[in-house]
Parts: sequence; C-alpha cells; structure tokens
Amino acid sequence: MRVGVVVFPGSNCDRDALHGVELAGGEPVALWHEDPDLHGAHVVILPGGFAYGDYLRAGVLARFSPVMQAVRDHAAAGGLVLGICNGFQVLAEAGLVPGALLRNASLRFEHRWVRLSVERTDTPFTRAVPPGVTLRLPIAHGEGNFFLPDDELDALEARRGVVFRYAPPEGNPNGSARDIAGVIDRRGNVCGLMPHPERAAEALLGSADGLLLLRSLVGSALASAAA
Amino acid sequence: MTTFRFVVAVMPRAGILDPQGRAVEGSLPHLHATQVHDVRVGRRIELAVEAADAAAARSIVDRLAGELFANPLIEAWRVEPLGEPVA
Repeated sequence: MRVGVVVFPGSNCDRDALHGVELAGGEPVALWHEDPDLHGAHVVILPGGFAYGDYLRAGVLARFSPVMQAVRDHAAAGGLVLGICNGFQVLAEAGLVPGALLRNASLRFEHRWVRLSVERTDTPFTRAVPPGVTLRLPIAHGEGNFFLPDDELDALEARRGVVFRYAPPEGNPNGSARDIAGVIDRRGNVCGLMPHPERAAEALLGSADGLLLLRSLVGSALASAAA
Repeated sequence: MTTFRFVVAVMPRAGILDPQGRAVEGSLPHLHATQVHDVRVGRRIELAVEAADAAAARSIVDRLAGELFANPLIEAWRVEPLGEPVA
C-alpha cells in the first residue's frame, strides 16, 4: 500500500513520516511539492515542519504548491489524507478540514509529551486504536490553538468531527477550543492533528502509540483497495 | 497597461487571540505608558498591479486578500489605493 509523504520546502518531519509508514507496513514514497502527481499513492500524508518558513501564516503558502491540486483531487475522490502539525495547518488553510490554528495561548512554542483521548475509533485514521485507549504523543508547535466560532464548534461536535482531544494529566497545551487536537472533514477521509504520531512510532522514541494511527491509515487503504 | 499600487491592511478579528498585541501591551509598563491599552498588531502588505483600469486592478487585489493575505475565519482586511497610478 503506497503512502505518499509530501515534501514542502521547510518540511522537517517528512523522513520520520516515511519511516513511520514503513514501520506500519506501508510502502513510503516521497512526493516533491512542485510535482503535481501523487505517483500512485493510495494515501497522502502532509508532514510537520515549517513549509515556506511559515511566512504570512503557517500553512498558507504551501496550500498553493502544485502538489496540492493533486491532493485536493485525491481527497475529492474519497482518498485518505492525513495532515500532521504543519500538515494540519496546510489542510486548514486549504479548507480541506475545518478551523484555523492560532498562536498558542501561552505565546510560546510548545514542545512536550501530551495525552490524547481518541473520540472516534470508527474513522480510517483511528480504526487500529482499541476503544478507550489514550495515546501518548509529542507536540512541537507555535500555532496549534484550534479555533472556530462557537456555533461552528457546535456543528463540528454534532457531526462528530472531533477525533482527538487533549486529555489529563498534561491537558490542553495550547488553548485549543474544547481541547481539540484533531478533526476530520465532513466526508471522513481527510484528517488533521497537531501531535506527531510519526515521532512516537517505536518504543525507542519513548512511545509507540503513534504507530496505531499509521497502522490505521495503511490498514484502511488496504481495506478500501480490497473492497 | 497602468501600474496601480495598493495597501492591504490585515487585522485579527475582534475576539481572536492577538498574541503580538498582548505581548506589546505587556511591555508598556517598562515604557511608563500604562495609560495605553487595546493594542492590536496586524499586517500591512503593499503591492503593485498591472491592469487596464483601477477596477480591474482592484478586483485582483480583492481576490488575493481573501485567499492569501488574510484568513477570513480569523482576520479582517481593508484594501486601499496607494499613491497615484503610473501609466
């Protein structure tokens, strides 16, 4: 199952993501942002980093990279897209997932371990997570403060669009509305989250919880290919 | 074609966290300027457009303002001409 990881100028978690995909049993392929072709990828990951130096607003310039039209087409056709950290910011700027990611309420770059509750295990991104299990994953971002107006938050919750929330003991690290750490689009095939599953994909890294998410992704792609 | 120059002023919407404004305001006591408040920090973008007339130039800038310079969810913007057009 081929999993494409987009490399923007300034991506810095692309190699971790490629490695994580391999650990999850997928076939990783790097996709250069200027190439508007997904090279047969069944799944696309937008990795973390600082695409285009985060100039103007985090994620906004990457949104207009040539590869993004292919990512949009892929998503429109029901293909799976996962945005991690900066990748989540790109998806939000592109309007592929709801919300905006503001500066952390602490005004600091927050880099530490957090605990995540998985609100849904019935998505293609979380199907390998046992119900009730919380995940220990690292964050590393300056703009992860999830924002939507209150009425849109209500609508997001009503359609079960929240997939991950920050949970105790560490709790909410960035001021995100309703502790939201990750969301899914209306159709259910595009997901963005701030914490880094690829940085916690093997015990050596301090946690292998992230592998559950990468395995979900590869497993879902396999299942949809078989269907 | 004529060159039209514009300024796009982008500000965080009311109620949106403005950490830069907050940080600047937090430094004011060091300047003995405690009577100053409601500091908000935005962004100013200047650009030049080649177009047949002012309306055509303006419509290009309006599109860019909403798609690129500002995120409508969290920011408001204003477009204004800057100086005189140059033929």
